[in-house]
Parts: sequence; C-alpha cells; structure tokens
Amino acid sequence: MRVSMTVNGKAVSGEVEPRTLLVEFLRNQLGLTGTHVGCDTSQCGCCVVHVDGVSVKSCTMLAVQADGASVTTIEGLAQGGKLHPLQQAFHEHHGLQCGFCTPGMIMSAADLLQRNPDPTEHEVREWLEGNLCRCTGYHNIVKAILAAAQTMRGMAKAAE
Amino acid sequence: MVDKGIGARVPRKEDLRFITGRGRYTDDINQPGQVYAVFVRSPHAHARIKRIDKGPALAMPGVLAVLDGQDVAADGLGNLICGWLVKSKDGSPMKMGKHPLLAQEKVRYVGDRVAVVVAETREQAKDAAEALVVEYEELPAVVDLAHAHDAPALVHDEIPNNLCYDWELGDKAAVDAAFAKAHHVTKMELVNNRLVPNAMEPRAAIGHYDPGQDAYTLYLTSQNPHVHRLVISAFIGIAPEHKLRVVAPDVGGGFGSKIFIYGEECVVLWASKKVGGRPVKWVAERSESFLTDAHGRDHVTTAELALDKDGNFLALRVNTKANLGGYMSTFSSCIPTYLYATLLAGQYKTPAIYCDVQAYYTNTAPVDAYRGAGRPEASFLLETLVDQAAIEMGMDPAEIRRKNFIPKTAFPYQTPVALVYDTGDYEACLDEALRLVDYAGFPARRAESERRGKLRGIGISCYIEACGIAPSAVVGSLGAGVGLWESAKVRFTHTGKVQVLTGTHTHGQGHETTFSQLVAEKLGVPYEDVEVIHGDTEKTPVGMGTYGSRSLAVGGEAIVKACDKIIAKGKKIAAHLLEASEADIEFKDGKFTVAGTDKSKTIGEVVFAAYVPHNYPPGLEPGMEEGAFFDPPNFTFPAGTYVCEVEVDPQTGEVDIVKFVAVDDFGNVVNPLIVEGQVHGGLVQGIGQALLEGVRYDEGGQLLTGSYMDYCMPRADDVPSFEVHTSRGTACTSNSLGVKGCGEAGAIGAPAAVINAIRNAIGVRVEMPATPERVWRAIQASPLAKAAE
Ligand code: FES
Ligand code: FES
Repeated sequence: MRVSMTVNGKAVSGEVEPRTLLVEFLRNQLGLTGTHVGCDTSQCGCCVVHVDGVSVKSCTMLAVQADGASVTTIEGLAQGGKLHPLQQAFHEHHGLQCGFCTPGMIMSAADLLQRNPDPTEHEVREWLEGNLCRCTGYHNIVKAILAAAQTMRGMAKAAE
Repeated sequence: MVDKGIGARVPRKEDLRFITGRGRYTDDINQPGQVYAVFVRSPHAHARIKRIDKGPALAMPGVLAVLDGQDVAADGLGNLICGWLVKSKDGSPMKMGKHPLLAQEKVRYVGDRVAVVVAETREQAKDAAEALVVEYEELPAVVDLAHAHDAPALVHDEIPNNLCYDWELGDKAAVDAAFAKAHHVTKMELVNNRLVPNAMEPRAAIGHYDPGQDAYTLYLTSQNPHVHRLVISAFIGIAPEHKLRVVAPDVGGGFGSKIFIYGEECVVLWASKKVGGRPVKWVAERSESFLTDAHGRDHVTTAELALDKDGNFLALRVNTKANLGGYMSTFSSCIPTYLYATLLAGQYKTPAIYCDVQAYYTNTAPVDAYRGAGRPEASFLLETLVDQAAIEMGMDPAEIRRKNFIPKTAFPYQTPVALVYDTGDYEACLDEALRLVDYAGFPARRAESERRGKLRGIGISCYIEACGIAPSAVVGSLGAGVGLWESAKVRFTHTGKVQVLTGTHTHGQGHETTFSQLVAEKLGVPYEDVEVIHGDTEKTPVGMGTYGSRSLAVGGEAIVKACDKIIAKGKKIAAHLLEASEADIEFKDGKFTVAGTDKSKTIGEVVFAAYVPHNYPPGLEPGMEEGAFFDPPNFTFPAGTYVCEVEVDPQTGEVDIVKFVAVDDFGNVVNPLIVEGQVHGGLVQGIGQALLEGVRYDEGGQLLTGSYMDYCMPRADDVPSFEVHTSRGTACTSNSLGVKGCGEAGAIGAPAAVINAIRNAIGVRVEMPATPERVWRAIQASPLAKAAE
C-alpha cells in the first residue's frame, strides 16, 4: 500500500505492507535511523516521535495510520541549524551516555514541555515513565529537562 | 594551563551526533545486497534434539539458507570458549561443557540456538523460522541452583553433579581457629538475585564475507572488538585473524553483556559465506536479549563473621554456590572466584578470610559479568553481614565499620585474600558521607516520619572494588587466557591536529572527551584539535577493550606513555632547531623551551619539522606518531561510602528512597561531569537490583521475566536524584594519572545501602529485590510490627 506523510517538514511517500510499523518506515525506507527500537512490547520509549505534534511510540503505530500526518523525528528537531533547547540542555548537563535512549527521551520531553512549560522534578519523572534509560540513572536527564524548561520559558517571555 | 584539560567539567564532544539522531549503531548500518538472519531457538530448557527437518523452511519464499548444528560440525567450526581456567581445590581444571555455535544433540536453556534461517527480508526469515520442524525429546530441567548438585538431570552428560568447579581461597585453618575463639559469630544466608543487563541497544551484527578478497568483516555490538576478532579466529576458526575486520561502531550500552563472544554474531559471519558473500544482518529483539544475553549475579551464599567482644572482626567464612547457566560464557569462571572472593576483605583489616565457591551448570541462560561482576556480590554480602553484626553486638553501624577499617597509614595493604590495596582513606569517605546525610539528625527525621505513619531507615555501605583490569602476569598466574594490558597510538598530522587511536571502546563512557582532555593536558594542544578513534580493528592498535573500569586507568595510561614518547622525540627536534642540547630542552604547555631562556618552539612547529624534515636532526626518523602499550603493575582500588535513607509505608510495603549520598574515592578525576554520570547510572542499577529487578524461571526452566512487562527496570519515577561527591580522592599509585576507575562503583555499593536502610526501618532484612510484597510480608513478621500491636 502507498502512504504519504510529511516528515520533518518534507513530503514523503512510500510502499509499505499493512504490517509495517511507523518506526520501520522511518528507519528502513526514509533512512531516519535516529529513531531507535529498544523493545518489542512498547515499553522503552527509544522510538518516540511526534505525530501531528504529539509524542507517539512509533513502534506501536502502523505506517498506514500515519498516512497524511505530519511527523517530526529527532533529526527534525533542530531548527535553522540551531539545536533545540532540550538538545542543548542534554549536552550541557550530560543527560546522555550511550545515546541510544536519547532521541526518544528528547522527543518525549519536548511534548511534556509543550503541555507543561514549568514542570516540577516529580512531574518530569512521572512523565518519563514510558522511557527507559539504562545508562544515566535519570539524574542528569531530569536536570537537563528542567534546565531546558527554564530556557524555553525565558525564550517565550522574550518573544512576548 | 590548558583549557579543558585534566579536571575540567567539559560537556562531551560525542554528544552532538546522539542528540541530533546521527549516531551510527549497528542496526543503522545497511549494506548493498544485505539479507537477514533469524534464529530458531529452543522452547525447552533441556531436551534432546531428535530430528530437524529443514525442508518446509527451505521451501518458503526468499529463503537462502537454513543452517543447524550439523552444518557447524561439518564445517569444523570450533566451540565457544571460556577464557579463564579456574582450578578446583584438588587441582583439577574446571569442567567446560561443549558450547557449539548452534546446538548439537541437546539444547540446554530456553532460547538456546538451534538453527538460523537466512532470507531476503527479515519478515521472510521470520516466517521460515516458524516453519522449521524440530522434534525434541524433553528432559528434566535443572533450574534450582541450591539443589543443582543432586538434581535428577545432568546439563552436560559428562559432568557429574553439574559441578564445574569447587574452588577455594584463603587460609581455612586460620579462619577455623579464629572462629573457635570468637566472642560472637554473626551468620547469614543470602541470595544475590539474578539480573538481566539490559543495555538499551539490543545485540546486533552484520557479517560479510568478501569472496574477492577472501576476507571477512563483522559489524557488531561489542565492548572489545579485538577480543572478538581473536576468539572468532583462534577458537571458532571462521577466518584467520589478519583476514577478519571487526567493527564496533556506536554501541548503545554494554554493562558487560557485550564483552562476550556469543554464537549469533559468529553464525552471521559464517552464514555470509554460505550465501555467497551477501552481508547477513541480525538484530536481537528485546525478548531474545532477555533469553540470551548473559545474565549477571545469581549466588546463594552462607557467610559468617567472627568478632571479639569489642566488635573487632576476627575472621570471615563464606560459602557460595554460583550459577553458570547452561554453558560457560566467555569470562564466566572468573566472576564468582577471582573477581569475587578477592574482594571479601572489603575496607576492613579482618585478619583471616576463607571462601569456597561451587559453580554449577543449570538449564538457564549463561551467566557472566554484569556491571561490577563479582564485586557487587562480595560487597553486598560483606556490608549486609557487617551491619547485622553491628545490630547483634549493639553497636552503631558506622562505628563498627570505623573500628575495623584499614587505617590510612597502613597502605600498601596486603589483604588475606591475595590483593594488595595501594591507597585509600576509608574514614574520610565515611565521615564526609555521614556529614552530608546529616547522620546525627536521623533520629529526629525518623520521629517525624513516624508521626506520618511511615517507617524511616538509614543504611550504610562501605564498598571497595578492584578495577583497572588487569596486571597480565597476575591474572595469567590465576588462569586468564589473555593479557590485560591496553594500547594507544598518538598521531600528529602535518597541521598539528592529533588523532588518538585506542584499543578501548566507548559505549557511553565518554572516552572521546576524557581522552581528548588527557592529550590536551599532556601535549598542550587545544582540546578541539584532538580526535579519538576506537572500535575498528583495522584502524586501532590491538587492544583488550572496555570493562572492569579499565579504560582510563589502563588505556588512558597507554595514551600518556605515547604522549611521553612524542615529547621525548619532540625534544630532540626542538634541540636541533634551537641549536641547544637536548638535555636543556623543557616541555610545558605545548612549548619546547631552552631552559633559562626565552628561546622556544611550539609543538606545532616541531611537528611540522618532523613531517617536513628539511632542517632536522641527522639520523632521526621523520614523522610524529607514537604507540604505547601499558600493562598495569596492580589493580586500582576505588572505594567509598554510600548512605541511603528510606521511608517505608507499612500499609503497602512500598519503599521510597528519600536521600542517597555517595562519596567515592576514585583517585584523581579527569572529568567530574562524566564521573558523576557514571556514578548515577551505577547507583540506579544497584537500586534496581535492591528494589526492583530479578530474573525468575519456573520449575520447568521457562523464563517468566522475559520482557519489560515482567522484568522491572528502574524508571525515572522509581529513583531519586543523588548527592554524589568525588573530591575525597587518594591518588592511585599504579598509573601516573593517579586515577582509579568509576564505572562500576554505583552498582557495587548501592544494594547493601538500600537493603540496610530497609532493615533499619522495619527491623528485618529483606531479600533482593525488596518488592513491596516482600517488604510488607517482612513487616508483618517483624518484631517492630509485633511491638506496635
Ligand atoms: S521500541 Fe520500545 S517502546 Fe517503541
Ligand atoms: S544513555 Fe544509554 S540508555 Fe540512556
């Protein structure tokens, strides 16, 4: 079957099987390998992307379900050659080690911050319930997300 | 002073590719003509293979090959090996059961590899794997470690009692004598729960045979590509070493599980030749990782501590049964022996220690090194035992430890279990940790919790570990089949940029940053001008890889040695250019200066002269590239104190970690940001072991905890933020950097701190993982609960 969607601002289309997952379409057909697969039970969150602005586990959605949607992956998060504040904060606060969970973490956190621009540490930790990281112990991930939230609030204020 | 040199909190240079989705992990690599492998695995824990009918699978669309154990045997491929020979008490060598790439005659655990299907697409391979007919004759399974000795079945028919070895360390007579005159003996039985390493990136491999070159390339998830190359060549025999390139690109975490040489990675390499040289890719699904990645821990132990009337430790006696699983994995033999019993002195001057270990085969996945590997088991045992002794003796748990610490004046210190600790100051870490946690204020906090109906507890753990694996001659005398030195090459280019080639491998540890800082400091070049290259046997010098917190202490020191050679050669060139004597040249901050003058040449000028040697010392080789190997004289001994404070809800048994302080002595620290991150990660793995994680097999050997729905991984909302301090370092004397190793500390020290805190809260010790159910049940049985009634 043929699917068409917008991925990172570009119109794309391709032939898929009905059983093809969105993550497989992104990785294998579009070569967007920043979205990872860490499990087969929809638990780890390595595969999180945004579909129409909302975070989604792309291992749990069929490619055909995303037909006509607008998808953003980690490759599309930086705008105009400038890192997203979350990317910057993950770097500055050492919020990643092996990097395998990182795209999913960042995409998931980006959705949190658009819903709740000023989360508490507790709220961040609860939000990340669907994202596993085996390396960082979450400490610096949480720190990075809180720091990015602050930066983004500052940016929003400056833009007012 | 160099910017971003040793000691600077430099954010990592490797981050950019990962935060933008441009990392390059094995599964991100695709090659022209690539085909896919799917493994057919045993559904039984223990069975005889009666018949395999490949016909139906071969007839499926897209199928290129179906290979099984008979094909492996027909091609004369060798078995997987365990590279460390442990001997039993009677001097006999360990009994290594045959471990073929694909099962022959018998399967020995659920998930054991029976056959591989190679097809044009992954889906076709999967469908064909389903169609393969395998007939089994089921056998009784050996699952329970405690009863493996007398089990009604033998995992390997030729190995009696399923016993691989019965090993001992220490002076049994001295220990028995000390126990005979002890004032008090504290005795404990404990289980060290079995864990799944769970690196977030599942194992993966792409094997490629190039018929034109008659050469092989293997991309894989490895912590030590050169070790993979060695074993696949020398023992499996797929390709000679010079015809095999092994590449471990970005690797998504390892924690030990990617050290080992597994069957799957070997099989795809071999299978590529079978399908005419098309690249064969295999990527584990998470359920395969649960079934087949080597598991960690899994001990059943009896431990006894003898004390005099003042609470001085007189002797320690330990018996451990260790689970090896169905086969011996690559380093499985040394984990419950030389990486375990040798650490039983801990931070204490206990004069006599004896430990014996029986290692058993069972019909479960192989068990091998997992973050800490042996040392967490030793530390957990000792620190919960010492705590129990304090309770029984009516002493404060901090004070009983302080009383028995090896004093800081006693280093170097020979323990009764083979190791010589070089440096340490255990009291400094303990004092700092108690201060940070406000130990004195604990009774008030406990009273406050009590008013809210909660039980508060505090737990201490003073861990030690042996890192920087390892002095080759020492490990060789203990049975290791390899040397454990490390290598480096430092290469200047014409334009003064530096490439550092290391035999270690980074899969999260941040070597690209740390090693760049090191080189910037040593050679006085900008940090940004240094590029670290690793993970490709065709680029880097032969090296032993990354595990056992060795990369900086061993691999970093090799880089230092290479830098020293660069400086020595640079001095000759500078002396020539400056018309001075070599002995008068000093090197500092990237400049060669004639002592006592302002005449100097920058390292860039010297390097340029080395590559454009128009005016050059006669007889000196041109170029500026130096290599070095470093074999450490001793292990390094990081140590520290962790204090955990918990609040337990007596209604639900739920444990909330309200405070966690870690004070570690890692010696000198190159990048505190990275080191703290290593501690955080280790702590959560340790807390995971203490509270959440545990592998369960049913009596038939079926894995009950085979997915993230059943195996409880620590999530962000299960754990707290930490207070981590690494400033109390005593410099290590086994390398010029004075560094010790920080990768495993958290996982080693944390479990006992958590379990001791729970015991302090509820009055009884709970086995790991201390799930709410276990804690609740323990509370019901506890004297505290009885008192409250
Ligand atoms: S891959 Fe694990 S949740 Fe999607
Ligand atoms: S950084 Fe490795 S899993 Fe999160």
